Amino acid sequence: MADNKFLVSFSPHTRDPLTTDKVMMFVVLALVPSILVSVYVYGFYAVKTYALAVIFCLGLEALFLKIRKLPVTVRDNSALVTAVLLAMNMPPSPPWWLVLAGSFVAIIISKQVFGGLGQNPFNPALVGRVFLLIAWPAEMTSWIEPSTLKSGFMFDAVSTATPLGQIKSEIISSGHIVSTGMADISDLFIGTVSGCLGGDSAIAVLIGGLFLIWKRIIKWHIPFTYLATVFVLTGLYWLISPEKTLNPLQHIFAGGLMLGAFFMATDYVTCPMTIRGQILFGFGCGLLTVVIRLFGGYPEGVAFSILIMNAVTPLIDNYMRPASFGEVKS
Amino acid sequence: MPFFGFRGGVHPDYNKGATSGKPIEVMPVKEGALYGVPLAQHIGAPAKPLVAKNQEVKAGELIGQAAGFISANIHAPVSGRVVALQSLPHPVSGKTAGIIIEASGEQDEILPVNVSEKFQETVLNAGIVGLGGATFPSNVKLSPPKKVDTLLLNGAECEPYLTCDHRLMLEKTEEIIKGADLIRRALNIENLIIGIEENKADALEAFGKFASSYKFELVPLEVKYPQGGEKQLIKACLNRTVPEGMLPLEVGVIVHNVGTCLAVYDAVENKKPLIERVVTVTGAVKEPKNLLVRVGTPVQDIIDYCGGFLGEPRKVVMGGPMMGFALSNLDVPMMKGTSGILVFREEDLPDLKQCNCIRCGRCVDVCPMGLIPSVMDRFVVREMYESLADWHVMNCIECGCCSYDCPSRRNLAGGFKTSKREVMKVLKAREAEKNG
Ligand code: SF4
Ligand code: SF4
Repeated sequence: MADNKFLVSFSPHTRDPLTTDKVMMFVVLALVPSILVSVYVYGFYAVKTYALAVIFCLGLEALFLKIRKLPVTVRDNSALVTAVLLAMNMPPSPPWWLVLAGSFVAIIISKQVFGGLGQNPFNPALVGRVFLLIAWPAEMTSWIEPSTLKSGFMFDAVSTATPLGQIKSEIISSGHIVSTGMADISDLFIGTVSGCLGGDSAIAVLIGGLFLIWKRIIKWHIPFTYLATVFVLTGLYWLISPEKTLNPLQHIFAGGLMLGAFFMATDYVTCPMTIRGQILFGFGCGLLTVVIRLFGGYPEGVAFSILIMNAVTPLIDNYMRPASFGEVKS
Repeated sequence: MPFFGFRGGVHPDYNKGATSGKPIEVMPVKEGALYGVPLAQHIGAPAKPLVAKNQEVKAGELIGQAAGFISANIHAPVSGRVVALQSLPHPVSGKTAGIIIEASGEQDEILPVNVSEKFQETVLNAGIVGLGGATFPSNVKLSPPKKVDTLLLNGAECEPYLTCDHRLMLEKTEEIIKGADLIRRALNIENLIIGIEENKADALEAFGKFASSYKFELVPLEVKYPQGGEKQLIKACLNRTVPEGMLPLEVGVIVHNVGTCLAVYDAVENKKPLIERVVTVTGAVKEPKNLLVRVGTPVQDIIDYCGGFLGEPRKVVMGGPMMGFALSNLDVPMMKGTSGILVFREEDLPDLKQCNCIRCGRCVDVCPMGLIPSVMDRFVVREMYESLADWHVMNCIECGCCSYDCPSRRNLAGGFKTSKREVMKVLKAREAEKNG
């Protein structure tokens, strides 16, 4: 037995303290400001939606792994991240079965079926969102008037439209924007506009995103190129025909763009690993978002854009391999 | 002198405090103790044994003859009697041929090496190999087939825990410089650069005093692992990139570890063969030390000399924590390339529980060789050696940065190390196909 006394493993024998479960926890932590804003704005609805998503996502993952007799790895916290992001991508007060359906598609169909952690080609929360949008468009777009915590508890929700949705339908019906003051920059910034549960507060998302960059959990390349691309392209369009679209600042603060750029486009599993690849990825996301927002029939476009770029990620990673040290071109 | 730096790298905890202030102590030869001297303590062919069982040997006597061009001489580390020629435990290959010598009571004398007219021959006679860890026979490195314009002295000691080079630089400053000067003059090299990591301010100061009299440039190096990797060091100090698959020679540089320079000095000036070296013994031992130890001393004896274990040992590493080897038992002998003996308890060790790669890209960011470890890892797992070759796994220097930084604790560097042999076959086959 003397030979088994000592642990023999490959070098290195020391490791960085950061482990995958901690990485995921950092992401959740970075989402806390956004969660708080949504709870402030939608009150009890928000709490309920987050709670349901967390229970369903973690529960389904554990159940699936149990049934397949695989180690239950729920504690890697990746399902928690998916749960929070999925909830944020739903309307503020979805029925419980909608959350369950979304969780099922996100965790089981788009993650576990592909082999679990790290194996999914598409961002699970976004697949969940897009599936629900297609399957239950009415439920997924039943926006309610943002109100304060108090009124939220009193269930006096008033249904309303999102700024981007409102403008899209105005342009479709009358060719130009009718309502003014619809997307006031400061409202967009703070998040007191109607829309999905979370991520409408640009400032809250920004705080979390910058925290992740500071902690070196994510790099700045994707969010920056994504936002810059949207800003520049919508800016050009706005300069040409200001009556047809919002100004570029409104564009980058409206809808799920901020959340998408900092938290979903940067999802490790589904974005490229090299810096050059990430810059291309961010640009692609931005371009697609602008095309959908300006020329498509759908007001948003962030989810679709990121999913399309997710599909391109393996290609980017394959063909944009950086030169290895001292590589001699042959 | 500008500092160019290199891409990638990591910043592990350095943990050098326990020994960096401790002067080098000589571990005496113990009468009756057994010294197991491996015949392969270097890269290349094992030496050919020259002694028979029961033969009496003197310390410094040649007992293993370099066999072939890339090989090194082995000398008796102690005076005594050869008790056996048998295999010895080896940290990498498991077993290796060796000579076991029982030390006698008479240890005053060390036989001098034959100092020859030709510098390289003296180095060969003294059995000198690269003491930084690579253990490449020094005489080969000192016979460049090409013009060399710069001799770069590696005093980075970027591996955590290790302080043996640091202590040598403080205690043997002038000898090291003289050794480097010998090399420089023998090879007619114009520039001498000495690179020392900034965290060794006292060593920088000690060397600084000689900079003008010996005409060398002193470069304070950024504290980053693997600053002491040959190619990284050359990039950082000279901004020259050694082409993939080539030696530093290709860009006119020879890199030598400071300890090797000292060995060269000792061989030429003091006629001393390489039979001992300084090793840092630290971690969970009662008295961490920098010890001058004879080659062949079993690790167990060294640890005993340092007061034994502190607590319950769980892992014993030979070398540094980033590139060293975990030992399965303590009979493994001290070798020329052994720079450290580190003892870890359960609580000192990281949790190595693996999970799937999350494609976070950290390994890519830290790889100093510009590789994509996460993708290569997929190929290792699936034994796709063709693809591994295409993704330049042979350029991997096995520094361990990728594994160090991987939050999913993938065995990246270890996998590349073990796959290289298969990849070599692939490359050979390709070469053969090209040629006919
Ligand atoms: S560091 Fe580990 S988890 Fe991250 S990409 Fe590399 S192998 Fe995958
Ligand atoms: S071990 Fe190899 S692949 Fe990993 S960081 Fe070092 S050079 Fe790169």
